[in-house]
Amino acid sequence: MAAPLLSIRDLTVEFHLRRGIFTAVDGVSFDIAPGEILGVVGESGAGKSMTGSAIIGLIDRPGRISRGEILFQGKPIQNLPVEEMNRLRGKKIGMVFQDPLTSLNPLYTIGHQLVETIRRHLPMTQEQARERAIALLGEAGIPSPAERIDSYPHQFSGGMRQRVVISLALAAEPDLIIADEPTSALDVSVQAQIIKVLKRLCESRGAAVMLITHDMGVIAETANRMIVMNRGKIVETGSVGDVIKRPREDYTQRLIKAIPSIRDETIRHAVPAADRPLVEVDKLTCDFMLSKSTLDRLLGGARSKTIRAVNEVSFSIPKGSTYGLVGESGSGKSTCARMMVGLIRPTGGRVLLDGDDVWAPGAGSQKRRRRVQMIFQDPYASLNPRWMVGDIIAEPIRALKLASNRAEIEDRVADLLERVRLDPASMKKFPHEFSGGQRQRIAIARALSSQPEFIVCDEPTSALDVSVQAQVLELMRKLQDEYGLTYLLISHNLAVVRQMADNVGVLHGGVLVENGPVDQIFDDPQASYTRMLLDAVPDISRVN
Amino acid sequence: MSTTPPESAAQIAASTPPGWFRRAAQSDILYSFRRSPIAMVAAFVTAVLVLAAVFAPFIAPYNPFDPSSLNLMDGFTPPMSSSFAGNYFLLGSDNQGRDVLSTILYGSRVSLFVGISATLFALTLGTALGLAAGYAGGRIDSVIMRIADIQLSFPAILIALLIFGIARGIIPPSRQEGMAIAVLILAIGLSNWAQFARTVRGATMVERQKDYVSAARIMGVGRFTILFRHVLPNTLGPVLVIATIGLALAIIEEATLSFLGVGVPPTQPSLGTLIRIGQQFLFSGEWWILFFPAVTLIALALAVNLLGDWLRDALNPRLR
Amino acid sequence: MLAFILRRLLQSVVVMLFVALIAFSMFRFVGDPVASMLGQESRLEDHELLREQLGLNDPVFLQFARFIGNAVQGQFGISYRLQTPVTELIFSRLPATIELAFASALIALVFGVGLGVYTALRPRAWSTSIIMSASLIGVSLPTFLIGIGLIYIFAVELKMLPSFGRGETVNLGWWTTGLLTTSGLRSLILPAITLSLFQLTLIMRLVRAEMLEVLRQDYIRFARARGLSQRTINFGHALKNTLVPVITITGLQLGSVIAFAIITETVFQWPGVGSLFVNSVQVVDVPVMAAYLLFVALVFVVINLIVDILYYVVDPRLRVDARAGGK
Repeated sequence: MAAPLLSIRDLTVEFHLRRGIFTAVDGVSFDIAPGEILGVVGESGAGKSMTGSAIIGLIDRPGRISRGEILFQGKPIQNLPVEEMNRLRGKKIGMVFQDPLTSLNPLYTIGHQLVETIRRHLPMTQEQARERAIALLGEAGIPSPAERIDSYPHQFSGGMRQRVVISLALAAEPDLIIADEPTSALDVSVQAQIIKVLKRLCESRGAAVMLITHDMGVIAETANRMIVMNRGKIVETGSVGDVIKRPREDYTQRLIKAIPSIRDETIRHAVPAADRPLVEVDKLTCDFMLSKSTLDRLLGGARSKTIRAVNEVSFSIPKGSTYGLVGESGSGKSTCARMMVGLIRPTGGRVLLDGDDVWAPGAGSQKRRRRVQMIFQDPYASLNPRWMVGDIIAEPIRALKLASNRAEIEDRVADLLERVRLDPASMKKFPHEFSGGQRQRIAIARALSSQPEFIVCDEPTSALDVSVQAQVLELMRKLQDEYGLTYLLISHNLAVVRQMADNVGVLHGGVLVENGPVDQIFDDPQASYTRMLLDAVPDISRVN
Repeated sequence: MSTTPPESAAQIAASTPPGWFRRAAQSDILYSFRRSPIAMVAAFVTAVLVLAAVFAPFIAPYNPFDPSSLNLMDGFTPPMSSSFAGNYFLLGSDNQGRDVLSTILYGSRVSLFVGISATLFALTLGTALGLAAGYAGGRIDSVIMRIADIQLSFPAILIALLIFGIARGIIPPSRQEGMAIAVLILAIGLSNWAQFARTVRGATMVERQKDYVSAARIMGVGRFTILFRHVLPNTLGPVLVIATIGLALAIIEEATLSFLGVGVPPTQPSLGTLIRIGQQFLFSGEWWILFFPAVTLIALALAVNLLGDWLRDALNPRLR
Repeated sequence: MLAFILRRLLQSVVVMLFVALIAFSMFRFVGDPVASMLGQESRLEDHELLREQLGLNDPVFLQFARFIGNAVQGQFGISYRLQTPVTELIFSRLPATIELAFASALIALVFGVGLGVYTALRPRAWSTSIIMSASLIGVSLPTFLIGIGLIYIFAVELKMLPSFGRGETVNLGWWTTGLLTTSGLRSLILPAITLSLFQLTLIMRLVRAEMLEVLRQDYIRFARARGLSQRTINFGHALKNTLVPVITITGLQLGSVIAFAIITETVFQWPGVGSLFVNSVQVVDVPVMAAYLLFVALVFVVINLIVDILYYVVDPRLRVDARAGGK
């Protein structure tokens, strides 16, 4: 190997907090060779982002580098004075952050921000810098860059903004790019394009990349070498193929086993036969009105605009099975879910539960409340922080008056907690005393407490780490068999859907483009959109 | 990603999660209280002043409003000296021979009573309207918030003066003195509700979007139950902060109105009235008649303000 | 842009009508206007005559319309207390208030923004803690006590500055100014400082809080990662983003200076509209109270309009949204 571009030796980052010293990065050592792409993977709290921030000198108080060395092109840079570090940032080391929506200053045009960066590091006139900026934007795949350069960030979509961010990071031809979860905030299809852009631009310039992500699939498709981190320490280092196919360490093996794959051939459970599906969705439609003020109508004369979020979607779910609804953001999948549980009134169409319209006044909605429940994405927002777990789980029982006796309610809550593998003593605790995965279990217990038949799960695991995700999915599956539950599983994660669902629907722009048994859709997709989606998913099985 | 290190934050989150109020209430509040000498001093000063006001009849050396005990021979006695009539005055006496210390004790009673009542009134009104606006949305929301906006752009003192003037025009002169305190509380309360409404509305709009409210709606929990059992408790943190700072503002407002001569009746002087009286003698050298009530007022307002400031920081760890 | 301004104008008119309704209700229902005008020793026939003349027997809606018609022409009737036309009274006292308000708004803005930025950029300096503590004391000090304190120190003890009044004024025909004479300027110093202190602390705390918030944003972190100089980041990026939300609240704060002047004018016996108002409240001189209320509302509405337009100029997001909305 040639002389390393970046060499980290025994790097330790500590936070002095009032509860004691917290070590975010603990004695980490690794090298990055010129031009290589190094993937750094780990679950939340692994210290991977902190390592990146340490290299570029952006650790905020109360954190500090307490030990170790960062050698860039052979010179230590961990203790450079601010001005020297400023000249290094952007010029020698560039950085790309996770969220393109907040990375750009909303008050300046992207041209201004590019020119400002270029002129800071390269001796160029305003005109030269502007020309270079246009060229960079073009290379990053922004269409008609000469016109778009004077636009403001909010006039671009998320994916386009991330291209601008990458152009900015590359503006002064740095030798190293630190990309911290550069695609995690983006849709799968956009994610694939951004990874390509990043890879292409860095290759053409010979810049090395340190790619930090929680998504092993992204690394499998992009990086040459990879590092697995856990709790501030490096667990395993090696070529991407070796680590993914032949992991040596226990932790890595468990991590990789927990990752679902879209190639996954899970053992299907038997769906009991029935003459009629439990849930029937018939031409479900939802319009959102973008209302205009009276004055606007007077001045413009235009009628108010409506957006059709869900357009005549029809599918059915047999009792005891799981229906997976996939789509990217804005596809209308969450709106669908909310119409089915009674949160948004449909503009048209019907949702039938056992033949009854859930939106019918009286009996229909009463039935719905008893028999339909929902599990939400964010385990922090779905539990009232000021309620005790026992009260949270008992809420449906009390609201639906399924039991009024105190002792009886307590017994049922204790039983439910055991079912979701939590200690019954938890009922006297508050949500904040639990981790994300445990909270999702509490949410599941609440959903089960009214003994529903049908549970709508809206991205139930997308806020969780992969290992926790695997546990929650397993629990959901077990409960399904135990109670004969019917699930609607909404997810942007195709691998999760492949693992869990019996039937799948693909939503695109509010329209159900494809609908059928899971294996058929994944192995032989008919709609071009589904094919594109499946191709775009970074998957660990694609390791080269 | 914020500038607080995300990973460490996540890791710490194992023990400290975002149920911020709960967390704050359990440990951080007490911890930060013990760590903040300013908060402790402020709490101590507030407690002393409040207790002194509550027990004024028992600890005041004289009853300054008992006409029979007044003696003009006691007038203008400087602090820490005895008058011609032989009475000792720790903080001096005023033109009518009233003990300044005693008038301050009784005056703080009036000031605190008006301040606290007005704040509670503003809190109740503002919280109710804020909840209604935030939860109902639409037209109700825009009407309430528009009124709050207008109200907020006029200084509280102007609104209070107006309400006071109107009340004076409506209430027959014979009953004005008896109702003066009630009018004052109404005027100050009505001029301060908008802050509460705005804050509660903001918090309500955040909370009602949260999934736990959706979960409750799915199982058919009623609107009002959701509002009072789910949403309201989660808005109380910021309300507490505003109430504390609002109390300081209300005390100052009362003093200002009384100073302008439109506040409490002369038979029940508050700190502001005392300052108004003392001002007449400031330039002739009898500084103590103004000085001690002024110091008490400032100490009270400052202590309550410091408590509010500390509370805001303690409940919002991000700002530290 | 046109639609945007029109919409704001329309809102302003609604606000003014709302305030006018309050003013009218005061005028009509607080006390008996006829009794107030004629005094107690008057005959019942005169009462009835005046009622008819004033149109008090007409339907309330018509009276309100007439009230607005008169208000637009600047007619608010005659002060009960001084028996002079209200408009004349207010105009004779307006210059004093406006000069005072402008002087203190300037002080509050310059020092408020300056100190706010300073303390945000040096969050851990000892000077910041001192300024922040001082600002808290500033918020806790009632304005009238600040005034009294300044008078005591600078007028009574040091005898450097006058303690009351406007000093010598120069009559420019339609405007009497105190800014052209030394004694006028010297008289302005203490009241202007007194009036500015409260707004100054508010603006400073607001600017500081906003700037700290902006400095926490991702785009500032990204700007640092791009290697921009500290100066560019602080003053090119952070300050501009801070000013967007600050403009609104600061603008309204400055507007309220005029109404806040009530207290300062009373303490310094400054012959402005504020002290006129206080005197009117004490004797329930409704025409003056109503006119003053409308005057302050007008100031608020005008400033609000200016602020909205400024906001629109500064924030490109708003510009595009408004354009899209006004299509």
